[in-house]
Amino acid sequence: MDCYTANWNPLGDSAFYRKYELYSMDWDLKEELKDCLVAAAPYGGPIALLRNCWRKEKAASMRPVLEIYSASGMPLASLLWKSGPVVALGWSAEEELLCVQEDGAVLVYGLHGDFRRHFSMGNEVLQNRVLDARIFHTEFGSGVAILTGAYRFTLSANVGDLKLRRMPEVPGLQSAPSCWTTLCHDRVTHILLAVGPDLYLLDHATCSTVTPAGLAPGVSSFLQMAVSFTYRYLALFTDTGYIWMGTASLKEKLCEFNCNIRAPPKQMVWCSRPRSKEKAVVVAWERRLMVVGNAPESIQFVLDEDSYLVPELDGVRIFSRSTHEFLHEVPVASEEIFKIASMAPGALLLEAQKEYEKESQKADEYLREIQELGQLVQAVQQCIEAAGHEHQPDMQKSLLRAASFGKCFLDRFPPDSFVRMCQDLRVLNAIRDYHIGIPLTYSQYKQLTIQVLLDRLVLRRLYPLAIQICEYLRLPEVQGVSRILAHWACYKVQQKDVSDEDVARAINQKLGDTPGVSYSDIAARAYGCGRTELAIKLLEYEPRSGEQVPLLLKMKRSKLALSKAIESGDTDLVFTVLLHLKNELNRGDFFMTLRNQPMALSLYRQFCKHQELDTLKDLYNQDDNHQELGSFHIRASYASEERIEGRVASLQTAADAFYKAKNEFAAKATEDQMRLLRLQRRLEDELGGHFLDLSLHDTVTTLILGGHNKRAEQLARDFRIPDKRLWWLKLAALANLEDWEELEKFSKSKKSPIGYLPFVEICMKQHNKYEAKKYASRVSPEQKVKALLLVGDVAQAADVAIEHRNETELSLVLSHCTGATDGATADKIQRARAQAQKK
Amino acid sequence: MACCAELLLSIDLVNADKLAGRFRKYKVILTPQKFYACEMVLEEEGVYGDVSCDEWAFSLLPLDVDLLSMELPEFFRDYFLEGDQRWINTVAQALHLLSTLYGPFPNCYGIGRCAKMSYDLWRKLEEEEDSETKGRRPEIGHIFLLDRDMDFVTALCSQVVYEGLVDDTFRIKCGSVDFGPEVTSSDKSLKVLLNAEDKVFNEIRNEHFSNVFGFLSQKARNLQAQYDRRRGMDIKQMKNFVSQELKGLKQEHRLLSLHIGACESIMKKKTKQDFQELIKTEHALLEGFNIRESTSYIEEHIDRQVSPIESLRLMCLLSITENGLIPKDYRSLKTQYLQSYGPEHLLTFSNLRRAGLLTEQAPGDTLTAVENKVSKLVTDKAADTRWNLAQISSPGKITDAFSSLAKRSNFRAISKKLNLIPRVDGEYDLKVPRDMAYVFSGAYVPLSCRIIEQVLERRSWQGLDEVVRLLNCSEFAFTDMAKEDKASSESLRLILVVFLGGCTFSEISALRFLGREKGYRFIFLTTAITNSARLMEAMSEVKA
Repeated sequence: MDCYTANWNPLGDSAFYRKYELYSMDWDLKEELKDCLVAAAPYGGPIALLRNCWRKEKAASMRPVLEIYSASGMPLASLLWKSGPVVALGWSAEEELLCVQEDGAVLVYGLHGDFRRHFSMGNEVLQNRVLDARIFHTEFGSGVAILTGAYRFTLSANVGDLKLRRMPEVPGLQSAPSCWTTLCHDRVTHILLAVGPDLYLLDHATCSTVTPAGLAPGVSSFLQMAVSFTYRYLALFTDTGYIWMGTASLKEKLCEFNCNIRAPPKQMVWCSRPRSKEKAVVVAWERRLMVVGNAPESIQFVLDEDSYLVPELDGVRIFSRSTHEFLHEVPVASEEIFKIASMAPGALLLEAQKEYEKESQKADEYLREIQELGQLVQAVQQCIEAAGHEHQPDMQKSLLRAASFGKCFLDRFPPDSFVRMCQDLRVLNAIRDYHIGIPLTYSQYKQLTIQVLLDRLVLRRLYPLAIQICEYLRLPEVQGVSRILAHWACYKVQQKDVSDEDVARAINQKLGDTPGVSYSDIAARAYGCGRTELAIKLLEYEPRSGEQVPLLLKMKRSKLALSKAIESGDTDLVFTVLLHLKNELNRGDFFMTLRNQPMALSLYRQFCKHQELDTLKDLYNQDDNHQELGSFHIRASYASEERIEGRVASLQTAADAFYKAKNEFAAKATEDQMRLLRLQRRLEDELGGHFLDLSLHDTVTTLILGGHNKRAEQLARDFRIPDKRLWWLKLAALANLEDWEELEKFSKSKKSPIGYLPFVEICMKQHNKYEAKKYASRVSPEQKVKALLLVGDVAQAADVAIEHRNETELSLVLSHCTGATDGATADKIQRARAQAQKK
Repeated sequence: MACCAELLLSIDLVNADKLAGRFRKYKVILTPQKFYACEMVLEEEGVYGDVSCDEWAFSLLPLDVDLLSMELPEFFRDYFLEGDQRWINTVAQALHLLSTLYGPFPNCYGIGRCAKMSYDLWRKLEEEEDSETKGRRPEIGHIFLLDRDMDFVTALCSQVVYEGLVDDTFRIKCGSVDFGPEVTSSDKSLKVLLNAEDKVFNEIRNEHFSNVFGFLSQKARNLQAQYDRRRGMDIKQMKNFVSQELKGLKQEHRLLSLHIGACESIMKKKTKQDFQELIKTEHALLEGFNIRESTSYIEEHIDRQVSPIESLRLMCLLSITENGLIPKDYRSLKTQYLQSYGPEHLLTFSNLRRAGLLTEQAPGDTLTAVENKVSKLVTDKAADTRWNLAQISSPGKITDAFSSLAKRSNFRAISKKLNLIPRVDGEYDLKVPRDMAYVFSGAYVPLSCRIIEQVLERRSWQGLDEVVRLLNCSEFAFTDMAKEDKASSESLRLILVVFLGGCTFSEISALRFLGREKGYRFIFLTTAITNSARLMEAMSEVKA
């Protein structure tokens, strides 16, 4: 075991740092690292290299090549750089490569060198050029900060939702800062910059001078600064070879160190992990690497070749032309187990298991020792945890074996932590393989989550591996396999060399009816690649017709979209398509399309009724639907026209339409209405008062009420009002006027076509019994009883009823007999009844 | 887009505020769903930015223990007049909601084009969402979907059961009614919830009106007796009485006086000679005798300007029961109507004709020949399109004459087939009703309810082919039975009846009666509660 800790270097009293190789790199680098702009994404992400040919005085004749490699040095992409000079490269959290050009344009490339989009950092940047740029990560996403030629900063905290923010000016700044960095605090991005001996902190509005707590005197300039992965700590390197380490607020000093090297370091990064015992900073010069912490001695490594440092959540990756290494503080569990002469329970358990394998009785001794201390649970947990932090599968295995061995002696040890660790390690080992090249540590993996890891595999087009992982971890289909298959399909449709038929078939074969796969999404992608035919084929597989519609619309297959929308039964969708069609087609075609789709037509008509009356008219016109056209104009004559002339004209059009529709009744009625309108207008002019829009009946009534009997009769004649109506009308009007004399005259003008009972009724309604009685005598025999009862002459009613020998009439009278007054009448009726029965 | 009207109002409001220099934030809540068109309108009116839209996916309002309403009164006009299928999706969603709550429906029946479309769409929804309902035990054994245009007659009749009468007289809105001062016998109106919670109402709601008054006075006497009990009480009993019974009695007392007030008010309006004659005419129309007399009654009704809605209702009733008016009457009644109530009703008549409510008899025997041709055309068309339902009312092609033919009501024949007019020997005892006809004083069994009764009895449409043909619904009558019947006998007694286009309280009462007789329990789902006046108003064009 002694050799195991050979690469452990103590820092201070408590912590060890170790460096181990992740990959030996066999990338075929054409340029020296130092001549390149380098960007490596955190979480074992890809590495981008671009020869920095613009830094030299003369522009190089050759165009540089942008190369992208996996962390294990496998080439992912290589493309000739044809755009302008690049100042900085950086990876976003979505593993997109951001290339900041000198003119402030930011070009975004995918992992495989596919151009995605570009955006600009604003006019000010364009004018003053970019001096320096940083890509940084916050909880919102990835940001870009730019230092312009005017020594001003512009930044965007999230390139996904670009909002440019120009930082305030540093007063009196005449030269570029010696170093600067972005800080994130309370969800706000700040910039810290060093000019000579001064440090300035810029936030959105203010620029303030800051001084690190306990900074050694004599500093005349800061050469380098580094902020930790989580933005919690800051390190400053001064021209005196002095390193200050403290919190990012600068208010608290952690420690300081004097390395006595005055040369500016090439890179300085933090090397710490969550809950690390001894926070440290890694400083790199050309050939020297130094780990500095709160200890009098630093750890020193010699660098054989140009190296580049990538800060990670729990350590630092260091890659060079030939190797890729990981430097980190040894995790607690590993330290406990492997520290020389450790008596920690985990260490004993590991030893016990080894002895057990050797079939040695010592195993029992060790085990006993742990059990006596009651630390077996702890021992197992330690072994499981330490296994997670090991890079070599052999070591993982022996630790897990020890854990499993220890578990046998425990009654109730919950198995899930062990099982989960086994699963996680299998996943980790699989992705660490140099073919895949994602060297995640256990802590990084946990921080990243499996979902993001799967996304990254999909991004690298490692579909089979991703699916295997999903199946192995038994992730629910919708989140796991289906999602990946859908991504695969989206990639598949981009393979231009395969025919539409084959692609569609391949996709359908693999996807089938897998739940959670949206064929319309895949089709959308196909369309995005310009493969409309393929998209349509794919849409055929989409079971929900509603889902097909938006894409069909986009592809300008609006008619197909319309029938699909109708098929879905979702009228709202139909409507969406309709409005599209309306804009897309000329009117004639649009109407023709509608004609074949009655459901859509009725919808559109409804819409027009409320929004576009004129279109409605056109629709009817096209269909030669004269009936509706007539109705339309009638409605217009009430709703939209104000002037009488306009209304009459509208009615005339309506009447013409009705004639065409062979609806003579409506045509005649409309013509009558025109006549009536004109007449009403004349009446208003001549007599005053309100006539317009009254019905014929009401017009005549109004005339009578106004005493214009002659006019009323003229009108009745003109419009051929039937006698019955005229009688009812006059009766009501005269009674209303209580013009009893005129009423009587009227009643005698000729024989009433409605009989005289209504006269009785209406007089009684006006409480004029006297007048009512006059008419009661004239009521026809069959209604006489009713009339007499109405005027309250029960006795006479009884007489008539008896005379009629009508049983119903008799009971009707009887029901009107009340109490004492009509007692005699009631008797009379009873007698008459009895008599009738006798006969 | 009925909602557009309200939406436009709110837009006007926004624009008015803008003109006045007031800048506010507006929120529009659209229910039961947010239509794309609404947002479009907002955009076109240039207020989209000022307004945020939300959707309140409100689909079912429980009005009572057995009554769910979608509160979509516009459904009737939109679908049956304008042919707008927008609400079908809403209906399907509501069914979907019910089936997620109560498990699948093992037995489904329906009649009518809208019923079929809603049903199909609902099935599609169920298939698309792998619903968890599949394995569930059904709680509702049967579901019956019925289009309003299968039976306009019932909806057009004057209602004479108490709840229907209250609706006709005072208009019940969302399960509550405003009783005016003439009912409350005080100087203010009172809003009263009408449902099974109201114990007094619950006992009389389904009763024929002639029994209600007697019942109420009996109730009043009982109540008095209960009050009177307190006379002989000692102090302890009295304490008991006050703390436990008095509140209930007082509540009952209050309700009783309200309903007595309502009854009086109804009596005042409805027991006059006119109403009797109106009912007499209606019955004559239903039975199909004395048509001439009824026609002149209607004419007089119009001439006297009694009520535009009532006149219209009678005309429609005449038209439907007689398979359309004879041309002479059709013209003269319309002319009279226009003269009485205004020429704009020309549009109303056009609407009524389109909906098949007021039509003209086509002359001669050629009718059946044409009818056959039409139905063949319909079948052919239906056969070759998947979404056949949408294709049929294709304009232009099938002319108006045809489509009005297709809507021939055949009421007389159906009535004979289904025995809707009970043969009465002697007096029909309304106190002890013997069939559903009691809701119309024993003169007529509501057609809709009879169809439901017959189908439930047969558990299918079998043997009703002739009726279905007469209803012009051969394409749209369907039965769908679950293959394995997991339904418990308890659930098989529970029947959900869905009325598309509205149902009346009389129909509900009739089915409640049927339920009591046959041991079923009906639950009603309707797009809205309707009655004759609401139907007519939906078809009327009034000047803006």
